[in-house]
Amino acid sequence: MQASEIAPGVGSAEDSRALVLRGLTKEYRKGSPVLRGIDLVLPGSGLTAIIGPSGTGKSTLIRCINRLVQPTSGEILFRGQDLAKLSGRALRNARRRIGMVFQEYNLVERLTVMENLLCGRLGYVPAWRAWLRKFPPGDIARAFDLLDAVGLPDFATRRADALSGGQRQRVGIARAIMQEPEIILADEPTSSLDPKTSVEIMEILSKFASERGIPVIVNIHNVELARRFASRVVGMSGGKVVYDGPPQELTEAHLKQIYGGENWME
Amino acid sequence: MTVTEHLDREWQRFTPLKRLSRFAFYLFAVAALVISVRTIDVIPEFLYDAPEQMADLFRRMWPLDPNYIKPTITSLIETLHIATVGTVIAIVLAVPVGLLAARNVTPSLPLNLFAKFVFVTSRSINSLVWALLFVAVFGPGPLAGTIAIAFRSIGFTGKLFAEALEEANQGSIEALTAAGASKFSILLLGYWPQVRPAFWSIALFRWDINIRESAVLGLVGAGGIGVALETALNLLYWDQVAVVLLAIFVVVILAEIIVTQVRAKVL
Repeated sequence: MQASEIAPGVGSAEDSRALVLRGLTKEYRKGSPVLRGIDLVLPGSGLTAIIGPSGTGKSTLIRCINRLVQPTSGEILFRGQDLAKLSGRALRNARRRIGMVFQEYNLVERLTVMENLLCGRLGYVPAWRAWLRKFPPGDIARAFDLLDAVGLPDFATRRADALSGGQRQRVGIARAIMQEPEIILADEPTSSLDPKTSVEIMEILSKFASERGIPVIVNIHNVELARRFASRVVGMSGGKVVYDGPPQELTEAHLKQIYGGENWME
Repeated sequence: MTVTEHLDREWQRFTPLKRLSRFAFYLFAVAALVISVRTIDVIPEFLYDAPEQMADLFRRMWPLDPNYIKPTITSLIETLHIATVGTVIAIVLAVPVGLLAARNVTPSLPLNLFAKFVFVTSRSINSLVWALLFVAVFGPGPLAGTIAIAFRSIGFTGKLFAEALEEANQGSIEALTAAGASKFSILLLGYWPQVRPAFWSIALFRWDINIRESAVLGLVGAGGIGVALETALNLLYWDQVAVVLLAIFVVVILAEIIVTQVRAKVL
């Protein structure tokens, strides 16, 4: 299985499903880079957690991958393509293979849960069919299955703005899976949720990662959650990768290097 | 800790400079009022017998002329048509211009400015002036009135529609972008559900305004109940004028009620 290949670092470079970042740099303002030449190989399976202090570029890194943020320079190699070079239709076709889960869920609040799930198919279904809600029956059947899988079996006709945070995030994850993605990016998916719901959301993400073999990359603040669910941890600080390895090997010294100081750890 | 310790720490709502500028503003406002009243040249004689004149006018208005009710209703219906068709045309034209004006939908400054220019043009010309222009183009009648109402309304509806688009939650838009949706799909499933209540609210509000505006368009020959009003006024048939004014009053109230009810439903 893939799991044996998830050796950190260079070992997984041979994995054809891996996501490879080379010299990824992003400057929002010229001369002050947020990402300083990131070189990283993200494995083609399992759940990878990216940890690091606020403002260190975790979110920018993840948004560069699906080009919600335009990288200043560098390569993003995924399944034989450099995502950094794509534009127009090619970029949209690449994006639909990359699911994304957001901190603030980013559902279309005034649409129903079912409609929000079907929004995950917008990369495949023409605009006019989506407008008339004439989605292929297969999509609708899959949406019902996914609602069962994320634990919201009777929510199809509920409007998104009537849901709680945890329910919204389940819908957000289901929408991402609707894309039939080859990778899932999750940007602080649990930061707006209570501790119990956070664990449930991470369980759903890691379940999809293992059962469907979809690699998941999660930005996360909570080191304990990262340790508990990730098969691999990437620590970032000051726009650079300072740790890259299995969660068991993440020591207090590493955390000190990632977050700075030590008083907070007691 | 005693109270006296804090006595030297004084809190004031305004700094002295702020107080001075507020005083200056009030002084300026009062001066402006005094100067304006002096400029409008009130003629005392006319002012003194105004109540008498009003009473005389009302005496001439009552009783209403029953024969004038039927033609009034006919032209009232024309007015409603002018207002409604004018509003529909305005919205059809305002939606594309509104899309161009919204900076998040159209990230191009020249196009945004072009759209804003269209809005300003539409809004800065009064509907009576628009009507005069279109009476010259199409000749007198309801067509000129309808187009005048449409052109006058583009600015209002388009500007508010563009503002609604700009206030749409960008998170949902980002999510659809990340799913690989095309620009058109994002408009239909990302923006439209978010701006739909505002859209209907703007359309109804403008329809309500247009009923009032189209009532006077007849004064310049652009059709509707204004023509009936103009005729009666010119002939000094005050009992007919009263019928027209009452009809306008009733319709405006009805429109107000309808708009309030429907808006409560769509929002």
